[in-house]
Amino acid sequence: MESFKQAFELLFSLDKELLQIIGVTLRMSFFSTTISCLIGLPLGALIGTKNFRGKRFIKKLIHTLMGLPPVVAGLFVYILFTHYGPFGSLNLLFTVEVMIIAQVILITPVVIGLSSSFIESASKPVIETARGLGLSRSKIVGLCLSEGRSSLFSVVLNAFGRSIAEVGAVSIVGGNIQWKTRVMTTAIMLETNKGKFSFALALGIILLLIAFVVNALASFIVKENADD
Amino acid sequence: MKKVLAILLAVVFVLSLAACGAKPVEEPSTEAPVSTPENAVIRLSTTTSVNDSGLLPYLLPTFEAKTGYKVEVQSAGTGAAIQKAKDGNADVILVHAKASEEEFINEGYGVERIPFMYNFFVIVGPKDDPAGVNGSENANAAFEKIRSSESKFISRGDESGTHKAELKIWGENAPDAEKDSWYISAGQGMGACLTMASEQQAYCLTDKATFLSMKDELNLDIVLNEGDDMKNTYSLIAVNPEKIDGLNTDGAKAFIDWMLSDEASELIAKYGEEEFGVALFTLLEK
Repeated sequence: MESFKQAFELLFSLDKELLQIIGVTLRMSFFSTTISCLIGLPLGALIGTKNFRGKRFIKKLIHTLMGLPPVVAGLFVYILFTHYGPFGSLNLLFTVEVMIIAQVILITPVVIGLSSSFIESASKPVIETARGLGLSRSKIVGLCLSEGRSSLFSVVLNAFGRSIAEVGAVSIVGGNIQWKTRVMTTAIMLETNKGKFSFALALGIILLLIAFVVNALASFIVKENADD
Repeated sequence: MKKVLAILLAVVFVLSLAACGAKPVEEPSTEAPVSTPENAVIRLSTTTSVNDSGLLPYLLPTFEAKTGYKVEVQSAGTGAAIQKAKDGNADVILVHAKASEEEFINEGYGVERIPFMYNFFVIVGPKDDPAGVNGSENANAAFEKIRSSESKFISRGDESGTHKAELKIWGENAPDAEKDSWYISAGQGMGACLTMASEQQAYCLTDKATFLSMKDELNLDIVLNEGDDMKNTYSLIAVNPEKIDGLNTDGAKAFIDWMLSDEASELIAKYGEEEFGVALFTLLEK
C-alpha cells in the first residue's frame, strides 16, 4: 500500500531523474521494438508463406533463440563491444545504442517465431483463394499480412513488452549509469540492492503504468487505422 | 561430486590447520564431535566484500564443523544487508558503514555494534595514472586531483558501504553525476564497477580484496594505498530479539563469539596471504 502511494507521489512530483529514466526506457524500447519488427516481420512472413529446403531446421533454430536468456545475449554483445573486442573501437559500450543492439538480438527471434506461426495458420485459406484468383506472389504476401493484422499487432506489443521488462542484457551492456543508461528495470534492481524495497516496488508500479499506457495508445491507433 | 570433495578437503585442511595451532591448555572438548543445536540455521546478512572476497567461505566450514550450526549467507550492499535484517530476515549482520550501523542500533534493531576487523580501501586507476594520483597525501587529495583533471571516475552509486565511504572522502562538495560528466554513477556492485573502470580507463575506489581477486582481468593498477581516510572497519551486530521475533539468538551469539575467538582471529589474520601474497583483513585490538 505504501508503495502505491509512493508510486503516485513520485509520478506527480515529476522528479527530473525519474522522467529522464522513463525517457531512456521509452527511447530504448521504441527503437529495439521497431528494428526487431522491421527485421523480424518480413522474415516471419517469408517463413510463414513459403516452403523451402531447411525450413524445419530454421524454425527449430528460431524457436531455440526465442528462449535465449537475456544475460547470454548481453554477454555476447558485451564481448563484441568490449574495449579489446572486435567492435571495441566504436566506443559503444555503456550507451543506449548498444542496449538496443542487445535487445534486437534478443527480440528479433521472438518476432520471427510468433509472426511466422501466426501467418502460417492464417494464410492457408488466403493463399488458396488468392491462387484461385490468380494473384501474384507479392500480392499474396501483402494479403496474408493484412489478414493477420491483429495477431501481428500482438506480436509487436509482445516485442515491446519484452523490451521494456528486460533487465539482464541491458544491465550488462548499459552498465546502469545514472543520467545515461539507467532504465526502469535497472533502477528497480538498484533500489532493491540498496534495500529500499518499497521504493523499488513503487518504480515497478510506474513501469506497469507506462506499459499499460503504451498498449492502450497502440491499440487506439490501430483501431483508428482499421476504421479508415 | 567434485565440488563436494573439494569442500570436504577444504574442511579437513582448515581443521588440521586449526588443530596444529590449538593450545594444549584449552578445554578437551574441542576434538569431540558436536551435537547439532536445536535451531541449527543462522541467517547472516552481509556485504559482498566479505563474502565474494572468499573470507566467509574460508571461515565458515571451521565454525560449522565445530558447532554444528549451518550459516546461510545472504550478501548484498550494506544498505540492503541492513534492510533485510530490519525486515526480520537475518539473525546477525556483518557490515561496514558506521553511520548506518549506529542508526540500526538506535532504532532498536541491533543489540550491540562490535567492530572487530578492518582493511583499507584503495584507489585504482589507469596504469599511466593521468591524474597523477600516485603519491597523494590521502584519498581526499587524490580525489581533488581527479576532479581538477576531470579524469573519469566510477562511483558505486548504490548506497553500499563503499559508496558511503567514497562520499565521506569527497566531503561537503561531492561531484554531481548530472553536471559533472567525468563522474559516473554506475549503481552496480564492486565487480561490475571495476570492470567498467577498466573498460573506460577510469579511477575507482574499491576494497582491496575485490580488486586483488579480479586483478588479472582488469587493466588497472592500485594508484593509492592506505591513506589515513581510507580505513574500512567491519562490525558484527546481533539482531535484537526484543524488536523482531523468530530470531535464532543463540545461533547469532555463538557465531559472534566464535568470530571474536582466537581461532577465528588467527584464520582471519592469515587470509589472503596464500592467494594474493598479502593479508586482506587486520583485526582490531581487543
